[in-house]
Amino acid sequence: MPFIPHNEAERAAMLQVVGAASLDDIFSHIPAALRTSGLRLPPALSELELLRHGGELARRNQASGELVLFLGAGAYDHVIPAAVDELSHRPEFYTAYTPYQPEISQGGLQAIYEYQTMIASLAGLDVANASLYDGATAAHEAVLLAVHHTGRRKVLVDGAVNPRYRSALRSYARNLDIELVECAAGAEGGQSAGLVDETVAGAVVQLPDFFGRLCDFSALADRLHRSKGLLIVVLNPLATAVVKSPGEMGADVACGEAQPFGLPLSAGGPYLGFIAARNSLVRKLPGRLSGATVDGQGRRGFVLTLQAREQHIRREKANSNICSNQALCALRAAMFLALLGRQGLREMAEQCLAKTAYAKSLLAAIPGCALQLDGPGFHEFVLKLPAPAERVFSELLGRGIAPGLPLGRHYPDMQDCLLICVTEKRTKAEIDRLAAELRACLGR
Amino acid sequence: MTVELLFEKSQPGRRGYRLPALDVPAAGAGQLVGADLRRGAEPTLPELSELDVVRHYSALAGRNIGVDTNFYPLGSCTMKYNPKVNEAFAADPAFLNVHPELLSECGQGTLAALHGVERMLSEICGMAEFCLWPAAGAHGELAGMMIIKAYHCSQGACRRKVIVPDSSHGTNPASAALCGYDVVTIKSAADGQVDLAALAAAMDEDVAALMLTNPNTLGLFETRIAAVAEIVHAKGGLLYYDGANLNAIMGVVRPGDTGFDVVHVNLHKTFATPHGGGGPGSGPVGVAARLARFLPTPYIREAGGRFALQSDRPDSVGQLMAYTGNVGVILKAYAYLRMLGAQGVRRVAEHAVLNARYLCSRLKERYTLAYDQPCMHEFVMAGLTEPNGVRTLDVAKRLIELGMHPPTIYFPLIVHEAMMLEPTETESKQTLDEAVGKLLQIAEEAQADPQKITGAPRNTPVGRLDEVRAARSPDLVWKP
Amino acid sequence: MGTEGLRFTREHEWVRLEGSSAVVGITDFAQKKLGDIVFVELPETGKQLSAGEALGSIESVKAASEIYCPVAGSVGEVNSELADSPGNINKDPYGAGWIAKLTGVSSADVGKLLDEKAYQDLIAGEE
Repeated sequence: MPFIPHNEAERAAMLQVVGAASLDDIFSHIPAALRTSGLRLPPALSELELLRHGGELARRNQASGELVLFLGAGAYDHVIPAAVDELSHRPEFYTAYTPYQPEISQGGLQAIYEYQTMIASLAGLDVANASLYDGATAAHEAVLLAVHHTGRRKVLVDGAVNPRYRSALRSYARNLDIELVECAAGAEGGQSAGLVDETVAGAVVQLPDFFGRLCDFSALADRLHRSKGLLIVVLNPLATAVVKSPGEMGADVACGEAQPFGLPLSAGGPYLGFIAARNSLVRKLPGRLSGATVDGQGRRGFVLTLQAREQHIRREKANSNICSNQALCALRAAMFLALLGRQGLREMAEQCLAKTAYAKSLLAAIPGCALQLDGPGFHEFVLKLPAPAERVFSELLGRGIAPGLPLGRHYPDMQDCLLICVTEKRTKAEIDRLAAELRACLGR
Repeated sequence: MTVELLFEKSQPGRRGYRLPALDVPAAGAGQLVGADLRRGAEPTLPELSELDVVRHYSALAGRNIGVDTNFYPLGSCTMKYNPKVNEAFAADPAFLNVHPELLSECGQGTLAALHGVERMLSEICGMAEFCLWPAAGAHGELAGMMIIKAYHCSQGACRRKVIVPDSSHGTNPASAALCGYDVVTIKSAADGQVDLAALAAAMDEDVAALMLTNPNTLGLFETRIAAVAEIVHAKGGLLYYDGANLNAIMGVVRPGDTGFDVVHVNLHKTFATPHGGGGPGSGPVGVAARLARFLPTPYIREAGGRFALQSDRPDSVGQLMAYTGNVGVILKAYAYLRMLGAQGVRRVAEHAVLNARYLCSRLKERYTLAYDQPCMHEFVMAGLTEPNGVRTLDVAKRLIELGMHPPTIYFPLIVHEAMMLEPTETESKQTLDEAVGKLLQIAEEAQADPQKITGAPRNTPVGRLDEVRAARSPDLVWKP
Repeated sequence: MGTEGLRFTREHEWVRLEGSSAVVGITDFAQKKLGDIVFVELPETGKQLSAGEALGSIESVKAASEIYCPVAGSVGEVNSELADSPGNINKDPYGAGWIAKLTGVSSADVGKLLDEKAYQDLIAGEE
């Protein structure tokens, strides 16, 4: 049996010690009526057969080297340094459990502390936790934080927040005494500012927003603070290597998806939810926190701290039920940020900006195409086509390019629009090819 | 000997990973992002070479232990060996590079594997269908609560309460509360199992569900489960299965056959995906046939060998995450299940229980067995039989000194000075005998030289840490 | 400071009547069970509370506990020193570790709470 080391003699000796006649006998106290007669599962494979099977399955996926991705919409194709894979595969990291015994987990705990530092700083805020599941669930945790902190039940959600996140927020809020008010998408928090009053716990906006636009939410932050509400910004943390951070805009909470930091697209996960906040909110943060302290000899060490917030202590009174998080993903993100470093991350963000500007200039020049919702942006923009976006999408996909997301999937009045993403990985040749393929497809 | 932080090692101008040179006109952030939208203060990111970073994380790895390096008998966590072939299987670039928006078009292989997991989990648990997307066990519990609420509301009365036993894991009441339920906690019977009288007294038509782990958190099989199911179902309630302890009964008992209506499993426990230092895990949720229409979206539809993600389930509780959960983790569970087969699954449970019972038999002279009943895959001890002032916390720290990860301590809450041991099936008799040796040595030391234990650990990078200071004056980020 | 003249609740709060004000804290039994206290969530002054309503909460490293309002009243004053020195509750639970002062309380309500002997009996049962 794979992975079970016992031989016959050992099994027999152990059965004797426990006083059982056979392996079946050890279940004899379970009523027979409850026991199953056997499972129908595919026959067991050896390691070699399994890898062959894996190869067959992999070949049924579109060959990765051939598809050029201009598709983002919440999951982004970025560089991943080889060292990230190598280092995160150290068994002391990936076969470890949650660091509840700090003396033998200082490696993991220090790595989390360093990750918290970098994420909080990118968000421009005081503290960050050790990770959440993904951007959508992180947004939900931020909503819960605002509701618990203010004691109010109404939360405004801007229409330019990722539609998938908004859908998840609705799924969770439905079961709680939380009223989500969805506001029409607009610049600078759109309609939200006008709806802020003393019944509002907070407002959720996104930076860059789903259409790729950058806005300064400082005015919205002020408006919320005047009535003691919180500003929550769903953030792409890569953008704030160069862009004004939520903290600098007066936000109280930043949350979102840190998948751009060293995590492959991987069909949707595992990704990396994050949450950061001002110091005044630290005791309301969900999830694990690694804190610095000292031991009996004054040596610096790290422990999971403020655990009295969490479910294993508060039980039904906890603000969040999170236990396992995305620890190894946070480790990869920290390694990524350490390898890119201050200059490298800034350069990466600047390359996204430059390549996106180049793509915009090429594509806007195609007759019949026009930039929509244009303005300061990061690495995504909206292109209006003189044809249904789904048709163009399918055709180009068949030719090895994912030209962007057809926005009609989420916004019914945008059936002719594509959300196009250009990261540092896209070469000039690939961008030129996108323009050429689009022209050909549109007959222009 | 401290390992300096990344920021403390930073050297101005030092670079690590290098991007290719920019091949389009450089406009510079200054022109493209106006001054009003540009970042002010520099972010706290280090400046290091690749070698600096490699040495840093290698040093940190040296201050951590894992299943690969040490025996790790954490009760309730199922720290079994993580087969390396699962890592190799899941690391194929064709799996790693699929964009989630293109899963149906470009991910037929991935979808086939996911569908395979869904079918195998349904078979193992006796459920009609699983949703694979919850990212962790607690997330699966929340999804289960959402499904239960949707079901009751569809029946005309949403019901307001959920019952949990006092031995339950904290995520159970927390998940119920996060779905808007009031939590009722019932005291366990003297034998550690569900108290039928207490359950009957608490059960009424305002109770949506009872959440149970089986074997329970004491490692005991709930032999009265049929009666428990009867009490709950008779009042129209649903029975929820927390699958944390599935390792004890896989292939022997199917939760669905014993009356459970909703189930979650932990891929990072029972199905051997790595714990990762705290995640990512995966907590798929499964249901009986009549509840399938409430499962979260999307679901995987198979037709003529082709797979598609569909969302046409009007009664679904909705979307749980942005995309489709921790796919990379689920692929590893697929690989694991394909190597086990039906016989392998059963052998896992048999040896998990044999190993636990063996350990228990050899320890119960010197450690107080909390409940004198046949244990399943884990067991709980209430500290030393002759403590002489030595607490469970001290035993744990001395075990660290002796080179073993300690068991789970101070859980479940209903056992005083609790120590919960779960060896798992992947440990050999030699490893177990060594562990017994260490624990018996500690029992001796508690009598002869308790100082040796209460001062532990002394051979680790740090000794016992000031957790009071860490909580009173939280220091959660480095400041220059 | 000692326990003379105090009244107690089943949830391990103590009350000292001072005219029509009541000083509230948690007992020595409670602080021992919690261990080193790391944080106290205090109510807002002016808040109206009924008996049994949550007045605040106390956190230690390994536990958290609600503080329940023992008698109806209005929060007059809170012990702001607990923000920097939560350990005062451990060191001096009946003195410097006081948590809040309620105004407008009824002495009859206070009289209905457990006296010292009844409270000692209660904790003897819980040990």
